[in-house]
Amino acid sequence: MIRLLLLLPFVGLMIVPFYNIKEPMLFGFPFFYWYQLAWVPLTSLLTWIVYRSVRDAD
Amino acid sequence: MLTDVDTPALAVFIAFFVLVTGMGFVASRWRKPETLAHLDEWGLGGRKFGTWITWFLVGGDFYTAYTVIAVPALVYAVGAYGFFALPYTIIVYPFVFAVMPVLWKVAKDKGYVTAGDVVRGRYNSRSLELAVAATGVVATMPYIALQLIGMEVAIKALGLHGELPLIAAFLVLALYTYSSGLRAPALIAFVKDIMIYIVVIAAIAIVPSKLGGYGEIFTAADTAFKAKGSGGTLLSPAQVFPYASLALGSALAAFMYPHTLTGIFASSGGNTIRKNAVLLPAYTLLLGLLALLGYMGHAAGLKLASNNDVVPELFKTLFPGWFAGFAFAAIAIGALVPAAVMSIGAANLFTRNFWKVWINPAVTPAGEAQVAKVTSMLVKVGALLAILFMPTQFALDLQLLGGLWILQTLPALVFGLYLNWFSSTSLLIGWAVGLAGGSWLAWSDGLKPLHSIDFGAGKVAIYTGLLALALNVVVAVVVNLGLKAIAQPRPASEAA
Repeated sequence: MIRLLLLLPFVGLMIVPFYNIKEPMLFGFPFFYWYQLAWVPLTSLLTWIVYRSVRDAD
Repeated sequence: MLTDVDTPALAVFIAFFVLVTGMGFVASRWRKPETLAHLDEWGLGGRKFGTWITWFLVGGDFYTAYTVIAVPALVYAVGAYGFFALPYTIIVYPFVFAVMPVLWKVAKDKGYVTAGDVVRGRYNSRSLELAVAATGVVATMPYIALQLIGMEVAIKALGLHGELPLIAAFLVLALYTYSSGLRAPALIAFVKDIMIYIVVIAAIAIVPSKLGGYGEIFTAADTAFKAKGSGGTLLSPAQVFPYASLALGSALAAFMYPHTLTGIFASSGGNTIRKNAVLLPAYTLLLGLLALLGYMGHAAGLKLASNNDVVPELFKTLFPGWFAGFAFAAIAIGALVPAAVMSIGAANLFTRNFWKVWINPAVTPAGEAQVAKVTSMLVKVGALLAILFMPTQFALDLQLLGGLWILQTLPALVFGLYLNWFSSTSLLIGWAVGLAGGSWLAWSDGLKPLHSIDFGAGKVAIYTGLLALALNVVVAVVVNLGLKAIAQPRPASEAA
């Protein structure tokens, strides 16, 4: 079930209208940009969590 | 051919080029195998690349020189829409994590080298094997040509004109790939990736301070798009579906290509691949920041002859000559790694799924390696000739279609890892219909990657490759149901 975490980046990034906005800004970046950039470390984190539970499977 | 050459820039450029050329030849003795005359060694580096080598190799191979030029160029030209590369290169990793270790295990257990091998082993169908292999080779050729365009832009930015520098660089590349195989790009990738990281980190740290900060950069870009009357720093409503579907379709296609699969097959195990799915997004962060160079081009008020010049011009304008030379060397070397791996991937396909099957089934492992070496050479010469003698737009159009084509191999390659339901015939027909239908749609749309569909509530444009994949899967399912119905007729009615 923990593998379902792998689907979250798809959900977070396919809902384009949700993040296609300017405010709130962060460090001069419109929301559109920092939201997507934030998914990079977040995806790594989620994948790492899944990795910890499946790595011994093979 | 030596007009307005910046001497420090050229000196730095040549020094790094000589360094990686040396490394390319020395690579044949790196992690030395008993013999290089075996496709597992020449074409896959012995399948022993651990986490870090794989990270550098796949990173260097997937984030190509052309990306470094073209993504900021697209962002410079159209704005937010050009950022689809960011969600694309994020969602690709959960997919890699879930699928590629399974594929690696099959390949390792059975000694497979290519996607064609996997399909033949799974379905025992020579025609499906040939379909997958041919698609891989054809889709890769224009991709190699694109790397040459990236290199051309970097060489031109140094002030060198004419085609000789490009020809020389590519012939050297062909020679050390011939002698060292996958070890050459794997070793050079260390240099390439570190150089690109230095270049991009310097750019995102230093350029904004020269241009008044990120807030100013976004404002300048906004103003430029408004003045131009097109593009913007947010997506227009009509761009939402193209943005999402291009990201999803590209992510599904990315690891169907021979060069990315070669990086996967060459790794030492499933956990190596999983760890890389965790670590490779570091390059995506780099790409996202690199894309912002497009906006920095507006903030710096660059006047460009071609959008592709935005990155080189930015470095020439804002940095001292020696650092600009370093940046251009990074881009040119950045073209060598993917071009080498692509030609190796294509050569492996030709050798295993065409030569061995149709020409010489009795070929020895040493013979296979020799055929692959010669093929990798021919593939590169072919790409070079294509760039020298054909319009650049031709390579760009073919590359676009190539993405659509390679995506059509996904059902044949991936479904069989999980399901035991599809027959080779249904997958082959699905592949053919997806390929032909998608190409026809793209052609009728003037070789644009988007196709408009009317859902009744207004038209929506979607990435054509994704539509073709949907068609491919639907046809495969329907044909398979039909074939099963024919093979197992319903028992005759008992009343009869």
